[in-house]
Amino acid sequence: MPPIPSAALNARILPASTPAELLRNFCIIAHIDHGKSTLADRMLQLTGVVDARAMRAQYLDRMDIERERGITIKSQAVRMPWQVGETAYALNMIDTPGHVDFSYEVSRSLAACEGAVLVVDAAQGIEAQTLANLYMAMENDLTIIPVLNKIDLPAAQPEKFADELANLIGGEPDDCLRVSGKTGEGVLELLDKIVELVPPPVGDPNAPARAMIFDSVYDSYRGVITYVRVIDGQLSPREKIVMMSTRATHELLEIGVSSPEPTPSAGLGVGEVGYLITGVKDVRQSRVGDTVTNFGKPATTALGGYRDPQPMVFSGLYPIDGSDYPALRDALDKLKLNDAALVYEPETSVALGFGFRLGFLGLLHLEICRERLEREFNLDLISTAPNVIYKVTMEDRSTVTVTNPSEFPEGKIAEVSEPVVKATILSPSDFVGTIMEMCQNRRGTLLGMDYLSADRVELRYTLPLGEIIFDFFDQLKSRTRGYASLDYDISGEQVANLVKVDILLQGEQVDAFSAIVHRDKAYAYGVMMTGKLRELIPRQQFEVPIQAAVGSRIIARETIRAMRKDVLAKCYGGDISRKRKLLEKQKEGKKRMKQIGRVEVPQEAFIAALSSDGDSKDTKK
Amino acid sequence: MTPPATPATPWLLPEGVAVGASERDLGVYLHVPFCSVRCGYCDFNTYTATELGGGASQASYATTAIGEIALADAALRDAGLPAREVSTVFLGGGTPTLLPAHELARMLAAVADTWGLADGAEVTTEANPDSVTAPDLAALAAAGFTRVSFGMQSAVPEVLATLDRTHDPARVPDVVRWARDAGLAVSLDVIYGTPGESEDQWRRSIDAVLALEPDHISAYALVVEAGTKMAARVRRGELPMPDGDDEATKYELAATVFDAAGYGWYEISNFARRPQDRCRHNIAYWRSHDWWGIGPGAHSHLGGYRWWNVKHPRPYADRIAAGTLPLADGEHLTPAQREDERILLGIRLAEGLDVGAHLVGRLPGLVSDGLLQAAPARDGVALLTLRGRLLADTVVVRLTD
Ligand SMILES: Nc1nc2c(ncn2[C@@H]2O[C@H](COP(=O)(O)OP(=O)(O)O)[C@@H](O)[C@H]2O)c(=O)[nH]1
Ligand SMILES: C[S@@+](CC[C@H](N)C(=O)[O-])C[C@H]1O[C@@H](n2cnc3c(N)ncnc32)[C@H](O)[C@@H]1O
Ligand code: SF4
Ligand SMILES: [Mg+2]
Repeated sequence: MPPIPSAALNARILPASTPAELLRNFCIIAHIDHGKSTLADRMLQLTGVVDARAMRAQYLDRMDIERERGITIKSQAVRMPWQVGETAYALNMIDTPGHVDFSYEVSRSLAACEGAVLVVDAAQGIEAQTLANLYMAMENDLTIIPVLNKIDLPAAQPEKFADELANLIGGEPDDCLRVSGKTGEGVLELLDKIVELVPPPVGDPNAPARAMIFDSVYDSYRGVITYVRVIDGQLSPREKIVMMSTRATHELLEIGVSSPEPTPSAGLGVGEVGYLITGVKDVRQSRVGDTVTNFGKPATTALGGYRDPQPMVFSGLYPIDGSDYPALRDALDKLKLNDAALVYEPETSVALGFGFRLGFLGLLHLEICRERLEREFNLDLISTAPNVIYKVTMEDRSTVTVTNPSEFPEGKIAEVSEPVVKATILSPSDFVGTIMEMCQNRRGTLLGMDYLSADRVELRYTLPLGEIIFDFFDQLKSRTRGYASLDYDISGEQVANLVKVDILLQGEQVDAFSAIVHRDKAYAYGVMMTGKLRELIPRQQFEVPIQAAVGSRIIARETIRAMRKDVLAKCYGGDISRKRKLLEKQKEGKKRMKQIGRVEVPQEAFIAALSSDGDSKDTKK
Repeated sequence: MTPPATPATPWLLPEGVAVGASERDLGVYLHVPFCSVRCGYCDFNTYTATELGGGASQASYATTAIGEIALADAALRDAGLPAREVSTVFLGGGTPTLLPAHELARMLAAVADTWGLADGAEVTTEANPDSVTAPDLAALAAAGFTRVSFGMQSAVPEVLATLDRTHDPARVPDVVRWARDAGLAVSLDVIYGTPGESEDQWRRSIDAVLALEPDHISAYALVVEAGTKMAARVRRGELPMPDGDDEATKYELAATVFDAAGYGWYEISNFARRPQDRCRHNIAYWRSHDWWGIGPGAHSHLGGYRWWNVKHPRPYADRIAAGTLPLADGEHLTPAQREDERILLGIRLAEGLDVGAHLVGRLPGLVSDGLLQAAPARDGVALLTLRGRLLADTVVVRLTD
């Protein structure tokens, strides 16, 4: 029988009146798939907040898409009672997103904790995100509890990876707990360890309230639900609160804790973690990192660390059926309620019609948004190749910020700078050569290389962000048979020899295909894109040149030969109706064609050229 | 408008079909849905004895078709159409000459007795080279046929084999001579673009056609029709798919050589030595004249109303026996559809198409694209160039969209 506190003991840990020394705030950090969500499930069960009947795998991953992809996009916090000796404690577990795209959210949820359970798959060892998250936890001065998970697996090598972990964070290999989220083995001990090792929160209960927002989610019934960690003071139901970055005031319609369903409470006190509902409808009004204070007794200084989410990756998003444009606009308006990092503005493309240019935190963010739009709003969408943000300085020293290649300025350019990242790649040492070659090809600079153990290596590179947003991750995975892992963090900007490659159809520029690439890659891009389009665009009654150009210089050229015959020259004995219906179909088809100059291109051709699976089939008759 | 499946009374033609009828010729198409074997490329409505399963017999076919002629006559009268003599009769198939000559003669006589044949009426039958003898041809001529169209297809044995043609190419000169001797005008059908056919082989077929000095030539680009044996062979990769560029080259070659030999084009696929050698029945289709199609699956047109008969010979015969017209379905064309058809069909003719004032503005663009001839365009007439004949679909879309 796990130590779930009795009712009498529980009375000491009621929300709003739990002494700080009985609180433990921790998060679980792990590389994707190392078992964070599963471990959280076991904790929910052992502490009795979710009974076995209601339990389903990855209980906290609520969005369908999370459950399907097995990833956690939105962090959540759960309050769990736990008894050690004769004392009841309230544990707040914060399930953080694991992916780099959401690193800002990760760092905010880390800042809400005093301790971090570092989960490492005992069959895989440390991976790139393990490191990235660990470094972030260390920066936040969290107490780290290393845990080797999945020890039930026959392939588990706890000894080997305990050594790796001890090397990494100091301490003895024996300090590493061994658990199985699957069987529950070791989880009880882990909960005890959390109580023992994670320091209780400290704060001034009498000061004006300061609570940090570490998550903000939109709920279609309740509006925005804001997750906070109280640092000082107290928040109470029905009081007026102030968001310190915007000075916006709201009334607390509800305040409570998740256990794991939202449970209203008498408020939240020092060190406590819970949720607020104010009736606002847009997560932008309740931003991650912001500080909440009392309206009547406001704090003077906000907690540090707030920053606006910075979109780093941009892509045009278009409905495949042009008449879906209003539906896409509505869907984005709704999605943004839920996603403070999403930015977008209308954009029009000759090739693709009306759409939007969206800014994302990273590639996964892009994929998730697109998938949610398609799935939850039932839209068929096409996205242009993602690009990063460029700063172009002209010779007259004026600067232009480019988030869409077709806006790249003409004229005298002094220099172009691009964002660069610090990337960490972990891999079995066998693949070091392959990885170095890949990074070299993508203009990477090696910063350092360390052996984590005899056969596992950590490589640190700076790389242009623009070089890794296309297919770097997929390539890395496929060239290392899935063994390498990658994490990266924006580290600054660099000047680079970048040019815009335009694609011209019979001399007319096709906006959706312009790309900003390094000068050395311009030719390859031109050859690839013109070749693709040649395969995809149906023959016209005249010859159509497809060119790739840098400025006015043509760097690659393909030709679609003229179509010579389309007439049906066959005896068809009086069945004129069939012939007319064929004409009606041809006219319909023509209406759906995009006209680029004199060239008629079915939108499907553009879509196929933009879809990344390169092996386009010859569709010409 | 869809007529009921089994009308209780003879079917009434919709109102309006009589409007302008006196300016339109009346033709009769007689479909004969029988062949001895089915060629691999053919999707015409035709049946071999085995395919028919011994039901509707070839022996009773002429009688059944004559039954439809009588019903057609009644329907035309009921619709208030003026009495018109028939200008052209065309027996097509299938292989009409699979029926004895006297049966074909009987069907022609029924047409003549019912409506009368105009002076100088054109009466054609299709024939396979191996389905007629000299006496057959003489009998047909004696019965009033004026023309025979032989399905020669190719002069090259390998090409004929790919087409599953059973006739011996050496027989073609014989049947042509017999037809001539009987006083019949001769047309030859040839197909270009058969899978595997070289340009040289096509040239040999062209030369062979010209050597026979027919009055008229139809040259068709092979179409791989869905559901045919040839389509299956192409799908399995046993035969290459005909290539549009190859067909274009072959068409240009044929058109140029025919023209040099005195056979001018008068319709995209049709060439004739003299104006009077043109197939008037065929031209009537392109000019949206009236014709009644007799036989299973036959299509008809009267003044903007098109309909077609049930496809299979057995229900066809049942309906005739029950005294009702064997219609499957039909459509009453809207003015816009009639206009589309006027352009779609008329553009194919060498006499050109008067496009009408509203479309004149589109002609210069088509001229500068090399699709229409400049001089007629200045008079508002769309007349295809050689290149335009091959790209007629483009021209039609650009004139009608
Ligand atoms: N055998 C075994 N599998 C586990 C264990 N923990 C998690 N898994 C599996 O590992 C995969 C990833 O787990 P998940 O909890 O979603 O990982 P997360 O991405 O870190 O949240 C899932 O298929 C889990 O079923 C464990 O202790 N033992
Ligand atoms: C009604 S068909 C049949 C005439 C006759 N039974 C014969 O085969 O000789 C008339 C002509 O259409 C042409 N034809 C038939 N099927 C064709 C196809 N799939 N593609 C092109 N032409 C075709 C042939 O040239 C044929 O002579
Ligand atoms: S003989 Fe003529 S109609 Fe009969 S199957 Fe062959 S091509 Fe078709
Ligand atoms: Mg998870």
